[in-house]
Amino acid sequence: MDVFGKVRALISEQLDIDEEQITLETTFEDIDADSLDVVELVMALEEEFDLEIADEEVENIQTVGDVVGYIEKHLS
Amino acid sequence: MVQNQVVVTGIGAVTPIGTRKEEFWENLKKGKSGVTVIDHFREYPTYIAAIVQDFEPQLYMEKRDIKKTDRFTQFALAAARMALEDAALDLDKTDREKIGVIIGSGIGGLDTIEKQYKILLDKGPRRVSPFLVPMLIANMASGYISIVYGINGPNSTTVTACASGTHAIGEAFRVLQRGEADVMIAGGAEAPITSIAFAGFCAARAMSTCNEQPEKASRPFDAKRDGFVMGEGAGVLILETMEHALKRKAKIYAEIIGYGMSGDGYHFTSPDPQGQGAFLCMQRALEDARLLPESVDYINAHGTSTVYNDKIETLAIKRLFGHHAYKVAVSSTKSMIGHLLGAAGGVEMVATVLSMNYGIIPPTINYEDEDPDCDLYYVPNECCRKDINVAISNSFGFGGTNACLVIKKYFPEGRGS
Repeated sequence: MDVFGKVRALISEQLDIDEEQITLETTFEDIDADSLDVVELVMALEEEFDLEIADEEVENIQTVGDVVGYIEKHLS
Repeated sequence: MVQNQVVVTGIGAVTPIGTRKEEFWENLKKGKSGVTVIDHFREYPTYIAAIVQDFEPQLYMEKRDIKKTDRFTQFALAAARMALEDAALDLDKTDREKIGVIIGSGIGGLDTIEKQYKILLDKGPRRVSPFLVPMLIANMASGYISIVYGINGPNSTTVTACASGTHAIGEAFRVLQRGEADVMIAGGAEAPITSIAFAGFCAARAMSTCNEQPEKASRPFDAKRDGFVMGEGAGVLILETMEHALKRKAKIYAEIIGYGMSGDGYHFTSPDPQGQGAFLCMQRALEDARLLPESVDYINAHGTSTVYNDKIETLAIKRLFGHHAYKVAVSSTKSMIGHLLGAAGGVEMVATVLSMNYGIIPPTINYEDEDPDCDLYYVPNECCRKDINVAISNSFGFGGTNACLVIKKYFPEGRGS
């Protein structure tokens, strides 16, 4: 599965929303994710991809596309 | 200052013998035990408990909230939802700023603490859930109910061990008497059947070790009682000012007329040997109700099935009620559902209200051998019919905290007293 597929599956699982509703343009606001949801999601992503996402970076992440971009850039 | 009268207009319960009030009541009447063996506790001195079987949180809440709430909060919401439906309270026609919540819990989200502490040890601090704190805090049951329904009345909790539920209802009663709200959602919730709680209560030698016969283990007032059996669940009631209930033509179950509290001032876990704390809370509740002890028809006892509690509660009842102690019916529903700790007072008030409405007193099951220290009428093994005009419900907690509530049958205007 590609990065987007994995991210989409994780978000769907964590926030209980259909995968079809999640696109690269989807924002956290669109899917009703509050700040705690985002923290939990970041933790799940860190586990899944075995990387660390610094808090400062999280602030720059607005959309699912941002998440995918960040992960692709930092995957070793 | 004129105080508002307060009535009960809705009830909801999640218990080891039923998650709907009808099922709960039928099983209480039958004297059914909810105590079973808990396989994963087999290495503990006690490995029995009264668990809520097949609880389905998704019936009561949004799926995405399930992971963000501890089991005790889920129980509380389920019981509150059932109670609100039972009360047929249309929130859109009610001032939401005048609906409050006080749900007591002795411990809060213990299971959450345990799981997250394990993550802390295994994976480090960066893996601890951001939901840990909101899940574990004992006031989240009250908080979550207010969030789900968007209600802004007084919102609080009581954390007084095994008296939490009774204190919660008592405090909600006071809020309504003072006119700070029209409606209060009140009761108790607890989900304590976790490894650390089990280990702790085992170490305190407080729980029954009658593992071979789980359904016989909780035997309040019986000579062979050897400790309490842990239970879980929630009991929630809708309390309203009489004025508010009459205005919307609500079905009225009973009137709450008295509340008393006291402290033992004696020991961490053991009750005062003279039962002074238990005596005082019952005395104060009856004074608050402006009633003489002789008017009480039924006592839903704390009756934990520990050697000390049952002996000392009996002593306190005899000291306060004198000769009437031998005429009043005393029963412990803990014989069937176990000890729900902070939820006990909530569920037991539900049982007491139903008892008053049906004129049937649920039994103390497993009562076989008389203990000379416990010589009252405990409604042994089978329920009994009795017209109940006034009933009280007792709860006593570790720390020597005691609470008692008095309820009275409601007669519509022009019918009786």
